[in-house]
Amino acid sequence: MIMMLKIENLHAGIDGKEILKGIDLEVNAGEVHAIMGPNGSGKSTMSNVLVGHPAYSVTEGKVTFKGKDLLAMSAEERSHEGLFMSFQYPVEIPGVSMTNFMRTAINEKRKALGKTPLSPADFLKMVREKRDLVKLDAKFMNRSVNEGFSGGEKKRNEIFQMAMLEPSLSILDETDSGLDIDALRIVADGVNRLKNADTSVIVITHYQRLLDYIKPDVVHVLYHGRIIKTAGPELALELEERGYDWVIREFEDSVG
Amino acid sequence: MRPEQNYIELFNANRALIDRGSAGALNGLRDRALECFNVFGLPHKGLEEYLHTDVREWFSADWGMNLGRIDMHVDKAQAFRCNVPNLSTLLYYLANDEFTFSQTAAKTSLPEGVFIGSLREAAGCRPEIVEPYYGRLADMERPGIAALNAMFAQDGMVVYVPDGVVIDRPLQLVTLLYSPVDIMVNRRILVVLGRGAQLKLLLCDHTLNTGGFLTTQVIEVFAGPESNLELYDLEETHNANLRISELYISQDNDSQVETDYVTLNNGQTRNSVFVTLEGRGSRLSLNGIGTIDRNQHLDNMTFVDHRVSDCSSNELFKYVLDESATGAFAGKVLVRQDAQHTSSEQTNRNICLTRQARMFTQPQLEIYADDVKCSHGATVGQLDEKAMFYMSQRGIPEKEARMMLMQAFVGEVIGRVALEPLRDRLNRLVEKRFRGELSKCEGCRVCR
Repeated sequence: MIMMLKIENLHAGIDGKEILKGIDLEVNAGEVHAIMGPNGSGKSTMSNVLVGHPAYSVTEGKVTFKGKDLLAMSAEERSHEGLFMSFQYPVEIPGVSMTNFMRTAINEKRKALGKTPLSPADFLKMVREKRDLVKLDAKFMNRSVNEGFSGGEKKRNEIFQMAMLEPSLSILDETDSGLDIDALRIVADGVNRLKNADTSVIVITHYQRLLDYIKPDVVHVLYHGRIIKTAGPELALELEERGYDWVIREFEDSVG
Repeated sequence: MRPEQNYIELFNANRALIDRGSAGALNGLRDRALECFNVFGLPHKGLEEYLHTDVREWFSADWGMNLGRIDMHVDKAQAFRCNVPNLSTLLYYLANDEFTFSQTAAKTSLPEGVFIGSLREAAGCRPEIVEPYYGRLADMERPGIAALNAMFAQDGMVVYVPDGVVIDRPLQLVTLLYSPVDIMVNRRILVVLGRGAQLKLLLCDHTLNTGGFLTTQVIEVFAGPESNLELYDLEETHNANLRISELYISQDNDSQVETDYVTLNNGQTRNSVFVTLEGRGSRLSLNGIGTIDRNQHLDNMTFVDHRVSDCSSNELFKYVLDESATGAFAGKVLVRQDAQHTSSEQTNRNICLTRQARMFTQPQLEIYADDVKCSHGATVGQLDEKAMFYMSQRGIPEKEARMMLMQAFVGEVIGRVALEPLRDRLNRLVEKRFRGELSKCEGCRVCR
């Protein structure tokens, strides 16, 4: 098994308030992990800390990504190393076209890896291929990033970008929020087709819904900044049925 | 001593010399100009309109003027390379205030009745195209520099396009400031468009050597009925340059005017624009970009006067201020009682990249008609941090992300430029500017 991500005793927070209180997590290459949990459990904090959001600070712990010290890298270096996050709320960037945005992102990554920039023809070919994956119309490429996109289009655009950047590890942060069932299926289908033995996915979600389409290998429950239960895919179904309370009670009983 | 007194004495002592270096209508206006200057003087910070730019201070220095019109031997062709590719222009120069043709422009034959040339010459030999217009729009009875400019202006450019004539090729007037000593230059431009006439005019303001310059520029534009004018004013000067410009536009029925101010590099600049929508159905698009850093200062003031019904004005000014730059924008739109069905929009958006950068913005809307559609808005902010993080997550380094966001920000204004090759050119210039590759004016001798 090749280790993709190893989180050890991670403590982190925002504005001096500790939110993650000692996370331990291991993700191997080829695996899909789901992180579930009630609102306010620290799910978004965890994804933001992993991708290096400047507002969050790590106070303790260690994160190893493909054998490297993740926390020592800047946000763009993490991206170049193959870390990707699909945003819960994709940001609109008026005046920056999707084409320009994507070309810059791809070529900056190639530059960091010591490769030459993609030729315009190759870039276009790649765009066409990856657009098909999430059924994103060609007209979006001339539009400003996410500007005027519907909720579903924004999420499809996230997966399109994921496809373009070919990450090793993708974090899908509440990708199902605000999606109707058709869009959800397209997005999940895109993610599934990008999956292979060398890539891993962390699906962060409040609900089981998305996990019907993206099958996890491991399910974790995050609560009050800690992972309180880890089990197989059946856990997600159980949570859907019974809610989070029983897991929390079980955890509280065990710690006394 | 009041700085005004210096100029009055200079004027009185050199009146004959000034007149000798000029002609006709220009000389005819000087007495009244002196009278007005005596009463109104120089603009100063005590006036609301000049709150953020101490113009009077600029004039306090002991500026020389080339009233005897000594040849400064400005090597125009050598000094300036046109940097607007794919833009074939008819090129003219104002070396300080001395008008000259480029070789091509001199050889190009123009449609009948069109006059493009020296204002001084036209005032002498074609008084019928100068006298009815010169000094008719520039308001000398208010705080400003119209009076001072009229006292000393000896030359400049006149573009006269008679009824029905369309000049396809854009005209480009390159103003070059060059002097071995610090100098004050007073230049004057007159544009007259007859009924249905069409013109594109690009003004490029450059400094050729590092000397100190103070320029007063007064432009008067008469846009006849159904005429169409694109007027672009691009400033790329150096840090010791002081510029105060006043543009007066009068629009007749169904005329359409687009005027864009682009300040890429400067020292300290004050631009005032006065547009009077005199004729029904006239349309105005008035835009501006300022990209300033170090101690540069840019102050744009606009006044749009809706006098009659069914006119529209659309204004968009955007500034990006870096380091210790300061900017000001004051935009006033007046909709008079008779100006029903006016449509007016004014927007000023600014980004301060540092804590030291300062922006002052003052939108003003005065409406006396009841059936109108008017809006205005102003913002001062920073680059969008959410967008910055989104881009860095996608692997775009901070420096590049900033560049892209700044470019996108001013890109909205550039998108309004009708002249396509100029639009492309501006996009490239702005990018260079933000990359710090355009520290001074492009193509000028000092920076090469």
